[in-house]
Amino acid sequence: MSEKNISIKLKVWRQKSNDPKGHFENYAMSDVSVDSSFLEMIDLLNEQLIEKGDEAIAFDHDCREGICGMCSLTINGVPHGKGNLQTTCQLHMRSFSNGETIVIEPFRAKPFPVIKDLVVDRTPLDTIMQAGGFITQRVGSAQDANANPIGKDVADKAMDAAACIGCGACVAVCPNASAMLFTSAKMGQLNLLPQGQPERYRRAINMVNTMDEEGFGNCTNIGECQAACPKDISLDFIAMMNRDYAVGSVKKFFATI
Amino acid sequence: MKLDSNIPEGPLEQKWTKAKFDYKLVNPANKRKYNVIVVGSGLAGGAAAATLAELGYNVQCFCYQDSPRRAHSIAAQGGVNAAKNYQNDGDSVQRLFYDTIKGGDFRSREANVYRLAEVSANIIDQCVAAGVPFAREYGGMLANRSFGGAQVSRTFYARGQTGQQLLLGAYSSLSRQIGLGQVKMYNRHEMLDVVLVEGVAKGIITRNMVTGKIDRWGADAVILATGGYSTVFFLSTNAAGCNVTAAWRAHRRGAGFANPCYTQIHPTCLPQEGEHQSKLTLMSESLRNDGRVWVPKTKEIAAQLRKDAIKPSDVAEEDRDYYLERKYPSFGNLAPRDISSRAAKEACDDGRGVAATGRGVYLDFKDAIDRLGRPLIEERYGNLFDMYENIAGYNAYEQPMMIYPAPHYTMGGLWVDYNLQTSIPGLFAGGECNFSDHGANRLGASALMQGLADGYFVLPAVIGNYFGKEIPVGKVGQYDINSPEFVEAENAVLEKIEKMTSMKGKTSPRSIHIKLGNIMLDKCGMSRTDAGLKEAIQEIRALREVFWSDLNIPGDKNDLNIELERAGRVADHLEFAELMCYDALDRRESCGGHFRAEYQTDEGEALRNDDEFAHVSVWEFKGVGNEPQKHAEPLNFENVHLGVRSYK
Repeated sequence: MSEKNISIKLKVWRQKSNDPKGHFENYAMSDVSVDSSFLEMIDLLNEQLIEKGDEAIAFDHDCREGICGMCSLTINGVPHGKGNLQTTCQLHMRSFSNGETIVIEPFRAKPFPVIKDLVVDRTPLDTIMQAGGFITQRVGSAQDANANPIGKDVADKAMDAAACIGCGACVAVCPNASAMLFTSAKMGQLNLLPQGQPERYRRAINMVNTMDEEGFGNCTNIGECQAACPKDISLDFIAMMNRDYAVGSVKKFFATI
Repeated sequence: MKLDSNIPEGPLEQKWTKAKFDYKLVNPANKRKYNVIVVGSGLAGGAAAATLAELGYNVQCFCYQDSPRRAHSIAAQGGVNAAKNYQNDGDSVQRLFYDTIKGGDFRSREANVYRLAEVSANIIDQCVAAGVPFAREYGGMLANRSFGGAQVSRTFYARGQTGQQLLLGAYSSLSRQIGLGQVKMYNRHEMLDVVLVEGVAKGIITRNMVTGKIDRWGADAVILATGGYSTVFFLSTNAAGCNVTAAWRAHRRGAGFANPCYTQIHPTCLPQEGEHQSKLTLMSESLRNDGRVWVPKTKEIAAQLRKDAIKPSDVAEEDRDYYLERKYPSFGNLAPRDISSRAAKEACDDGRGVAATGRGVYLDFKDAIDRLGRPLIEERYGNLFDMYENIAGYNAYEQPMMIYPAPHYTMGGLWVDYNLQTSIPGLFAGGECNFSDHGANRLGASALMQGLADGYFVLPAVIGNYFGKEIPVGKVGQYDINSPEFVEAENAVLEKIEKMTSMKGKTSPRSIHIKLGNIMLDKCGMSRTDAGLKEAIQEIRALREVFWSDLNIPGDKNDLNIELERAGRVADHLEFAELMCYDALDRRESCGGHFRAEYQTDEGEALRNDDEFAHVSVWEFKGVGNEPQKHAEPLNFENVHLGVRSYK
């Protein structure tokens, strides 16, 4: 299907490890199949670089089906590239036209330092989870799963929030580098479910405080995060988090949690 | 190699209870003195690390991804089986046990499978307590569906993201323990060797994938939960980073490898777009309920379709070969995974394949749309049709989908006894990386069940027993990472890395992986023959020569180097692939996912040979390029009758 192949120009961010400064490098690719995925195109570019003895471009990826959340990349200024509800690994070359110049950068956010080339460190998101993204319970102590009925509407809403893949696109796209959408998704899931009630407000306080400590910015209701989110996490969860945080703060003031 | 399966005495249904009672316990105050290493953070590893930490042990957990939440368990779609019988449709532990044994084509251990069925119900309780948002009915009760041809509805699910939700549940518990300091988590670390001191596993060697630093880690026990080896085929549904390295390194140190030839090929994946593509996306098999599978009757029409000169809808009815309906009139398009995969390969080998590469068959919904109307098809499969259009660029309501089988899961793995201990004392294996529960074929929705059963319930119990029995408090921590054993293991790792990076040849690691994948798919894939396997062994050896003489890895070894990571994994695949072929060659029968063309019935069905092969083949490493030594663990069936699978 060679008539479906395109030629493209690439401006790719290259940054050596431990080097605070990086730069754009220009590459040209010809005969790229429009049916190949964006990451397969980078695989091919890397093969070309290796052939010339140049070092391959480092980038994060794993499952390549949009669920593990490991792939990142800012493509033409947009985390995960233009297009709705997709991760970079689900983007295909048919979204680009012949002769187009594509700019590829890492996720840009202060709490996500660049490790090398397009690879960034997103462990601050794990740190937020460690502060309260769980229900305290032990294996072996669970009651029968149907002992506590949970309405379908509640379960479905919790699932909407739980769909977050932790990719960090919400942080990368936010002018404030806020992790509110990420944090509120996990908090929303657990704070909606009956199992999560005992720790509800403690969770809100701990996760929000950790988010601040890790250097993420505040939310100013811009809404870019929801637009960039590959899993359609709603801003409503941020509202819910703010409410739980406010209630939690009052409870904390009166020393009731 | 000593193979004692250590199956507890007594009736099947009392074995696990008895074992748990007989297991030695560790005093709560002493648990904090023990260190456990867990490699892998998926369902088995993540759940085991969290649970052992809850018990009070000190855990060090390692994963190659940037976060434990990325492990490939996350990609499982369909669901998790459990013998809850919430639907009152006749399910029971006994029935789940029997279905799993039969589905595995009578090549798994009765006692292990029974335990799996027994703890399955607790898995659901545990996951719900941890906040996993399973699908529910309006009354608030958990919903179930029937899956993979099961006659009962025992599959629990969370939309099409069950694996994700179960993994994130385990990750939640793990995160809590990391926050408490009970688990030390090491992301972006790849395990490159196991360290044995006086024949007992006492630690591992890792490479820090960011800095390239090689580290030695000591512990009182080591657990591997490092997944399967489908990426030996290059082309698979696995994540790009999945690999056999940890299991293979353990094998080289003396751990027996069981049934490596048992691999599962999933029939409904999207076809490969070009040779460089390694990842095939899987689509739910439910599509086969309404889709009809066909290829053109002649090579000429197929050639025109491949060139896009004509559209599939232009092909006249009499020029189409609905080969599954023709060959298997009663099961038709719903023939089991292995059978429909093989039939697709045969059609393509015959030159009648479609898709640009000639490796594709049609799955046509036209009749279903005419019969049921498009809205109903949209309701049933809308998300899958959208996914197909996003990846393939075609609208499957107008033109048939193209599908092709892809390697998906591996039933073989490190040999373990009933206590999940490998043939190396102190080294345990859980989840897909052990061989224990699925025999020659895995049923749908059983992988998640096994990963969590091992992680939440079995490993925490057996590790306590191992400590109680083998490492009394006075002997805790008897390892020294500066001892000769650790230094030797580290040096071996350094030497290998130096060798790979200093060659400066012409061949990229990826191009060798592609070649290896082609050999394996062609000769050790869906259909295997004596002659083909013997050829494959020679070809693998020749490819290994190329790898070790002409490899090209630009960049520094003391840095993040994605090609060095890839090369290390390919190097191990190049050794492991040979073992797989030896096992496939030795197993002169067809069973489950292993089909030897010489052993089939007149109708082309798999022909098992229970007299000679009702055993686990356990292989002992004898050096690279040398024939491995086979040991057999006989399988005794005291509770089930060995039947024949038939799908005519």
